[in-house]
Amino acid sequence: MRFYIKDKYLVPHLGEGSLPISKIQTIPQPPLNPDFSFNPDLQLLLTGKQLILDDLPFPHDEIQKHYENGYVTYRKGMEYNRSQPTCSRCGNNKENWFAQFPCSRCGEICHYCRKCLMMGRISACTPLLGWNGPAPEQPLPKTILEWKGRLSEGQQAASNQVVHAVESNKELLVWAVCGAGKTEVLFEGTESALTARKRVCIATPRTDVVLELTPRLKAAFPGITVASLYGGSEDRHLYAPLTIATTHQLLRFYHAFDTVILDEVDAFPYTVEESLQYAAVQARKPESAMIYLTATPNEKWQRECRTGKRAFTTIPARFHRHPLPVPHFTWCGNWQKQLKKEKLPANILHWVKERLKNKKQALLFFPHIGLMEKFLPILRQLTPNIEAVHAEDPDRKEKVQKMRNKEIPLLLTTTILERGVTFSNIDVAVIGAEDNIFAESALVQIAGRAGRSKDYPKGVVTFFHYGKTEEMIKARKQITAMNQEGTRRGLLDS
Amino acid sequence: MKLFPEAQCLICHEKIIPVIGWTEIFSEEKELIICSICKNKFERVEGEKCKLCSRPFQFLEENFRRGDLCYDCERWEEDIEWHGYLHANHSIFLYNDFFKEVMANYKFRGDYVLAKIFANCVKGFLKRIQSDLLVPIPLSDERLYERGFNQAEALIVESGFTPAKPLTRIHLEKQSKKSRSERIHIPQVFQINSQVEIIGKEILLIDDIYTTGSTLRHAAKLLKESGAERVQSLTLAR
Ligand SMILES: [Zn+2]
Ligand SMILES: [Zn+2]
Ligand SMILES: [Zn+2]
Ligand SMILES: [Zn+2]
Repeated sequence: MRFYIKDKYLVPHLGEGSLPISKIQTIPQPPLNPDFSFNPDLQLLLTGKQLILDDLPFPHDEIQKHYENGYVTYRKGMEYNRSQPTCSRCGNNKENWFAQFPCSRCGEICHYCRKCLMMGRISACTPLLGWNGPAPEQPLPKTILEWKGRLSEGQQAASNQVVHAVESNKELLVWAVCGAGKTEVLFEGTESALTARKRVCIATPRTDVVLELTPRLKAAFPGITVASLYGGSEDRHLYAPLTIATTHQLLRFYHAFDTVILDEVDAFPYTVEESLQYAAVQARKPESAMIYLTATPNEKWQRECRTGKRAFTTIPARFHRHPLPVPHFTWCGNWQKQLKKEKLPANILHWVKERLKNKKQALLFFPHIGLMEKFLPILRQLTPNIEAVHAEDPDRKEKVQKMRNKEIPLLLTTTILERGVTFSNIDVAVIGAEDNIFAESALVQIAGRAGRSKDYPKGVVTFFHYGKTEEMIKARKQITAMNQEGTRRGLLDS
Repeated sequence: MKLFPEAQCLICHEKIIPVIGWTEIFSEEKELIICSICKNKFERVEGEKCKLCSRPFQFLEENFRRGDLCYDCERWEEDIEWHGYLHANHSIFLYNDFFKEVMANYKFRGDYVLAKIFANCVKGFLKRIQSDLLVPIPLSDERLYERGFNQAEALIVESGFTPAKPLTRIHLEKQSKKSRSERIHIPQVFQINSQVEIIGKEILLIDDIYTTGSTLRHAAKLLKESGAERVQSLTLAR
């Protein structure tokens, strides 16, 4: 779109003297006119957001009126540093993620961002719209948190820290082992924020997690409106004091939240997509709290914790007060070479046969689909009802369900099941733990699949390898360190 | 073949690794812009096809075929109101799931740069088909503003040719919701822009997809009635 500046504000205009919005030096913001009666639907839609005109079901005239009266803000969809564009929505500034087109909206050759194109095209003439008026009223129920459960000692200590960080707008990393019960650790902090009429967002890289968290938070906070946001969700335009979203959806928010809780910060694609990290920062208010949750912080963060550069708290013990299963390392020789001759190393075969004999279910992790698929027919000679899953498997959900129902004794998987999924009583093996794909965090997560239920807190974890790696050693070290801390703090019974 | 250090597939964004024995589906390429995996997902219109609309016969049931023509074309041509206006339609690709996905990004999400993927093959067709004017099927002003560009015009421009615009379009509700008979009987959606000389000209209409053929036939009819000598069409997919 083209605008020109008239009496200290922008007016959409095509003719002479007008410019695409990104070429206007500074965008004037008219003062708030208290006598203007704003559209409350627009207020609900735009508060804390950064949207493009195509996102809004209102005519541009109406939006322009709100801008002229100080209620709506215009920002440049793209900022230029000399001739180098940066997308204001996703932060992309890499040349190969931009393209150009002869634009019918501004009549010029217009840059556009390909990185966040899925959320509607941002080009050099796109205004990003925001809200500058009062925030919508949030009626509060008498009791906010209705959860009746009890926190473990470890959870309670972490929860206190979370509350403190929320109240003082600080950053905090909660490093909680797999099975510690980290969701409950968020309840008191969330309650304290909501009570203070703060807006809270729980964000995670994975849609699965949004779907799992939503009913739990709705049950814990029954009087609070919860917006659940993921690709294609119906709550897209819902204004809520409590938002649960994929990190991707944060791209539509701007200075929205007083408290952002980032769950599984170490999970894909958050770790590799700079735009998502940018989105998480953009979605926070300048003055806000940020809580990071993970079972497996990366090496840099671990170092920052050790050297006192990052505020953190640990929950070293599981909710059921039993120690984490420590992985055994078992050398299995050149297993890939054996596999070519359709043979398995004897110790792996023995491990599997033991599980089948004792009717103990097991998960077997593989570095790649191809290797897993070579394994499968060989194992099926032992018993035919063994299944294998991978990321693109259309029957993934059904197979996981079969495993839960104990209909299959053994499930072979790629790293896709490394996190999130729990089975009550299983042993775990990694085949080829030396592979690069098995980083420290992946191995800790995989080991964390075993011994999850209080009825079966023990589980065997075996890393079959053709040469021990640093990552394997670091993973085992991390697990034993957590167990030691759990013992020291009196959080373990055995 | 020259490979730029940072060559990245325009469709899947993966780094492009050149393959030995690269199939020259998209001939005359100077640089690689899509990877071989994506490239192989496009399917060409090949083999026996309807003489008029290029519909491939290999996927068509026998009873929908009438000699050289498909059943739809026969119905159009039997209708004296429509007979003979569209001389022939040429199509390059099959409208498979992959094409659909790429087209959704190109046309609806507005990823203009994807026009470059098709530039070389469109160029090949434009050189082969005899014509005086290359006419993109126009969008209404409202639709053009909404999309930011005309996807048919972009195909011509990115192939290195110059579009002619003897047609304009009246804004109407979406076509796809209507039945066949409604589509045939709707009033003309196009108007002639008299600035462009079309009398006696051979015209090649350009569009992204041939679905029912009614858009192209409406345009062809108007152009012929306004003096064009012959009207053919080229669509990316069929
Ligand atoms: Zn533009
Ligand atoms: Zn962007
Ligand atoms: Zn590709
Ligand atoms: Zn036909």
